[in-house]
Parts: sequence; structure tokens; C-alpha cells
Amino acid sequence: MSTFWSWFVAVISIGMILACYWLIKWTTRRRSGEAAEGDVTGHTWDGNLEEYNNPLPNWWLWLFYITIIFALIYLVLYPGLGNFKGVLNWTSTGQYEQEMEVAQQEYGPIFAGYAETEIPALAQDNEAMASGRRLFLTYCATCHGSDAGGARGFPSLKDDDWLWGEHPQAIKTSILDGRTGVMPAQGHLGEEAIDNVTAYVMSLSGREADEEKIRAGQQVFKQNCAVCHGSDGTGQSTMGAPNLTDNIWLYGGSPGVIRQTIREGRQGEMPAHREFLGEDKAHLLAAYVYSLSD
Amino acid sequence: MDNQSTYNYKVVRQFTVMTVVWGIVGMLVGVLIAAQLVWPALNFDIPWLTYSRLRPLHTNAVIFAFGGSALFATSYYVVQRTCQVRLFGDRLAAFTFWGWTLVILLAAISLPLGITSSKEYAELEWPIDLLITVVWVVYAIVFFGTLAKRRVKHIYVANWFFGAFILTIAVLHVVNSLAMPVTLTKSYSVYPGAIDAMVQWWYGHNAVGFFLTAGFLGMMYYFIPKQAERPIYSYRLSVVHFWSLIAIYMWAGPHHLHYTALPDWAQSLGMVFSLILLAPSWGGMINGIMTLSGAWHKLRTDPILKFLIVSLSFYGMSTFEGPMMSIKTVNSLSHYTDWTIGHVHSGALGWVGLVTIGSVYFLIPKLFGRAQMHSVKLIDVHFWIATIGIVVYIAAMWIAGVMQGLMWRAVNDDGTLTYSFVESLEAMYPFYAVRLLGGVLYLAGMLIMAYNVWKTIAGPKAAADDRIPQTA
Repeated sequence: MSTFWSWFVAVISIGMILACYWLIKWTTRRRSGEAAEGDVTGHTWDGNLEEYNNPLPNWWLWLFYITIIFALIYLVLYPGLGNFKGVLNWTSTGQYEQEMEVAQQEYGPIFAGYAETEIPALAQDNEAMASGRRLFLTYCATCHGSDAGGARGFPSLKDDDWLWGEHPQAIKTSILDGRTGVMPAQGHLGEEAIDNVTAYVMSLSGREADEEKIRAGQQVFKQNCAVCHGSDGTGQSTMGAPNLTDNIWLYGGSPGVIRQTIREGRQGEMPAHREFLGEDKAHLLAAYVYSLSD
Repeated sequence: MDNQSTYNYKVVRQFTVMTVVWGIVGMLVGVLIAAQLVWPALNFDIPWLTYSRLRPLHTNAVIFAFGGSALFATSYYVVQRTCQVRLFGDRLAAFTFWGWTLVILLAAISLPLGITSSKEYAELEWPIDLLITVVWVVYAIVFFGTLAKRRVKHIYVANWFFGAFILTIAVLHVVNSLAMPVTLTKSYSVYPGAIDAMVQWWYGHNAVGFFLTAGFLGMMYYFIPKQAERPIYSYRLSVVHFWSLIAIYMWAGPHHLHYTALPDWAQSLGMVFSLILLAPSWGGMINGIMTLSGAWHKLRTDPILKFLIVSLSFYGMSTFEGPMMSIKTVNSLSHYTDWTIGHVHSGALGWVGLVTIGSVYFLIPKLFGRAQMHSVKLIDVHFWIATIGIVVYIAAMWIAGVMQGLMWRAVNDDGTLTYSFVESLEAMYPFYAVRLLGGVLYLAGMLIMAYNVWKTIAGPKAAADDRIPQTA
């Protein structure tokens, strides 16, 4: 904030508070010729509306004064008057950092301790898993569900199907650095080809489809899809290309949805948590997720 | 101008009847979304009936349709009678009625369709915003035009509040709604990031301060002394609390943005001015309630007075609660919880709702040439149902809110959160059901009112006494 605006804020703030004080003083002053206290002022509206000239109640005035005094003291202690930082030097950022530091000192060692155990072994530790579950409910359940069963576009974490690989380290990497799963749109293939390849994809997971279309679709698949999903359709975990043969579907497995996925593509995003949670908590969470599919 | 020897009651009648109608509509939507929180299936998987779209419809309907109609009706009635002249511009006044009705209908269509600027209490898109601006300017012309030609030297205190409300809402609405239109139904705010948030809550809190407070204080300053037949308690108090209220409210907005990206200095100012606001707010409550001193016995027999006085009790309670919630340490517990919802409803149902209902019961017989309402007994029934409904509602939300705040911050020995969000949601279940009950009671009261109003108006036409006294 520039010096001008800083002074502007300070002056109108203090000015407004002092104006309240002045207003009270100005109103309580008795004027010559006004009605006596407890009498009506002498004005009448709409037949019978009148006003008494009663003084301001004392207890109310004190309430007013106390809030004014509180305000002035507060603005000396805390930031409020433009760039003036306040005598206490308090900032909300400072308060946050201090609280986080205290929490880190108190709880950090617990998670650092867990991080020393390998993920598969940690997944057997009941106390650690109770802790991991609570972290999961706070940070992961919003998308993956309280039971980790996932939702449309958000994978289930309790089956044995892993988009990015089943190795414990792969799970931890997903949590720490996030993942971006892109299925490019294939609308350029044309509706007929999309229809055929849909039939082929249906057949991969053992479902019925028109034989003619399956045969035609297989060609399309080889030329356009196999590079990521593999020639046998079992997927590739290095790029998060899903296995198409297990009848587990991230966005839905009905012919209509498969057609839409092919035509328009998909964009899946698992956000990175390295900065937010840190390595130790990610390690514990990876162990918890790992334990779910055991 | 035709007929300067009578008051313009026609526009007052229109707005008064629509106050009851829109009240029922707005509260019905409120009851529906409260039920959806208990039984989510009640949106029937229809996009137009989802909570996210009906919630702004509910808030807009109760604030601007119900509250707005009540403010138009009472300000038009009060300004004429206390200025002893007919309302300025019959056609302009009629335009405000039909214009405001059109705004409400457009809101009722566009919000369920999902057309929204996504600014709370200012969701309507830019073409409707423009219409609101035109209607509001005409409203100001009618109101201040009437004041200008008044036949009474002094301006009555109710009109100070109505005037402040009309002027300030014009400024708030225009500044907050400034946007770049992209299509007919989509625009983007001209303000970036945190500035947009600050402008939004400068508007949002002053919508509370000027629409829902100053305007309704204007109502209070006429109907309480009228119904109690007692002079206003203190003219001095009127002066101090009027000027301090309108000056300080302007600053309170940042308390909606504690612990956010808003700079610390703005948050601090929002907090201290919210605290200073306590005394100015209570000034109005004291002035209204003390007006009854020497006439307390009337509360036993007059249900209209009960509505008006109890509304002030809720006003006093909410305006104490508000400054407390603006204190940062309290806010860190209360913010984002149902405590806020409880606070808003003790103000909306308790203060705005009850003072409006009392005023409408006062107005209807006078506007339709009847000695009194069809059934005074039913007014009393309405009073008790509404009061119980409010208490049930806000008690449920207080408990739910404090519980949410405590559950969200509870941590285990390892620093992890004790409760997941879903668990805190599950714990809300009984309280959401109780809140629904409170809302149903309040709505039931409104239906009783509609019946009573209907029976009062129906039957042989009688001329209302709309003659303007010719002595100044």
C-alpha cells in the first residue's frame, strides 16, 4: 500500500471512531429553548406521533464508550491503520506458521517414525493404519470416497486394478507428485470406426458385441489404441493407460460411455501432495492404500 | 396530479398483499431446501430443484421479494402520512410495483435455471441488475419527491431510516454489480480476486445493514408508537443511533472474510467497527422497547404489539451476537458453520419477519376499510407459532454450529483430525430435522396470516379512510 493510501486508511478510520465520540457529546449538550427532559419535543406527525426528549441511557453510553476504547487499543496493538503493523507485530501468516511449527514439533516425530518402516510392513501395523485411515478420511475421501471405493473418474483404491502400477513405491509417487492421465480424443476416426472399436473393446472384457464390428474394430484398435493400451488391451502402467480386459471402468463401461470416451477423450488429474503433506505422511498414506487391496 | 386530497393507498395495498404472498413462496422454498438437507432425495434428480439453485432463490425471495415488498409498502404508507401529502407521482409509484414484480419473476425463473453471477445476495445477472437499478431510481424519486413536497416542517425519524436505506442500497447495488457482460445470461465481475471478495462483502453486509436493518427500523419507528399510542422514547437517542448506525455499518463487511486472503489490516478494521456497531444497534432496540414504558399492559391484549416488541428482542439479540461473532477468535470457531445460519435466521425470522408481520396486521384493516383484522385470535395464534418456530430453529442451528466448529478442530494424539467431514455432517442430522420443524412452524404461521388477510379483505367493499387532514 502506498504511503498516501496508508495515511488515508489511518485517518478515516481514527476519524470515524472519534466522530462517534463527538456525535455523542454534540447530541447530549443541552440547547436553549429545547423541551425539558422527559417532555415531548413539541413536534407531531400523522395525528399522534410524538417524541420524548429523554436523555441517552447511561449504561448504553458506557457500552458505546467501552467499544470505542477497545477499538483504539486494538488498533494500536494489531495491524489496522494502513501500513502500521501494530505494536505486537502480529500477522495472520505469522500465526499460521507458528501453529504449524508447533504441530510439526509435536506430531512430526510420530510420522517420521512410521516412515522408517517399509510400506508392506507398515501396512501390517494396526496403530499406524488407524492413523493412516484418519489421514485418508481428511485428505483423500473427498474424491476417492470414505471407503476408498472411488467414484466416476476417481479410481477405486481397494481393488487389485492399478492404473499406475501395484508397486508400493508407485502408490507413494502418485500421492507425492500426482498423476495426469490423458486419453486423447479420437473423434477424427469417424463415427463408424468409433462404433467398431467400441465393439472390440467390449469384447476385450468378455462381453457380447457384433462379430462384424469386432473384426473391423480390431484393426482400428491396432492402429490407434494399442500404442498405449497394448496390443492385447491390458494397458500400460508407465503412462497410466488402463487395462481394458478386466471389466473395471474408470468412467463407465457401457457402450455409450465407451464411445464418448473414445470420441471426446478423458483428462484425469490426481493432485500432488508433496508440498502439502510432506514425505512422511505420504508414506503412511501409501501404506494405508496398499493395505486396502490386501 | 389527480386527487391531492387523498393518500395513494393503491400501491401500498398492492405491495402489502404481495408481502404476504412472497413471504409464503420464499419460506416454502426455504422449507423445501431444509427438507433436502434431511432427505437429499427430495431434489428428485431434477437440476432445477437442486439445493444449489434453490438456496439463492430462497434468499432472494425472502429478502427482496418478501422484505422488499414490505419495505415498499410501509415506506410509501409512512412517508405519505408523516408528510401529510399524497405520494409523489402515481404512475411512478405504479411503475415501481410492476417493475419490482417483474424483477422477482425474472429471479424466480433465472435462478432455478442456474443463471447466476455467483455473488451472494446479488446472484441476478446483469439485465435484471439493470432493471433493479431503474426501479430503484424511480423508487428514490417517489420517496424523496414526497419528502420534498411535505406539509410538515420536520422530517419524521422513520423517514430518515427509509431515506438512508434507499440511497445506500442504490450505491451498494450499482458498485457491487459492475460487470462485463459476455452473453445475455453471463457476465464477469469487474473486480479481481480479493478485491472482488471485499466489494462483495461490503455489499453483502450492508444489504443486512441497510436493507434488513435501516429499512426495517424505519418500519419500527412508525408502527410501534402508532400501535402503542405512546411517544418515541428519546429523540436524542434517535439522532445518535441513526447517524452512528449508518456511518459504522459501512465498515463491518470484512468480518465475513476473517482468515482469508484479505489483508490483515482490513480484517482488523472490520472487526473493531463491528464491535463499535453494538451500541448504535441497541440504540434502536432501546428506543422501540422503551416507547412502551407506561403501556406494558397492552402487550397482554394486543398481539400486533407482541409481534413488534418481540421482533425488537430478536433484533437486540442478533445485534449482540453479530459483533461477538466478528471477533476473530470467536469467528475461527463459528465461520463456515451453521451458527452463521442460526444468526442470520434469528435476524431474518425474528427481527425482519416479525416486525413485518406486525406492520402488515396493522396496515391491512386500514388499507381495506375495516375496523380490525378478521380474527384477532388468529393473530395471537400466529404470534405463538412463529415465536416457537424461531426458537426451535435458532436453538438447533446454535447447537449444530458450535458442534461443527468443535468437531472440525478436534485432533487426536497424532495430530490427525478426530472427525472426518462426513462424520460431522452425520452428527448434524437430528439438528437439521429440528430446524426443518422450526421452519415448518414459521411457514404455518404465514399460512394462518394469509387466511386471516383473505377473510379481512373479502366481503363487501368498504372505502378506506385515505383523506389527508388539511390542517398543517
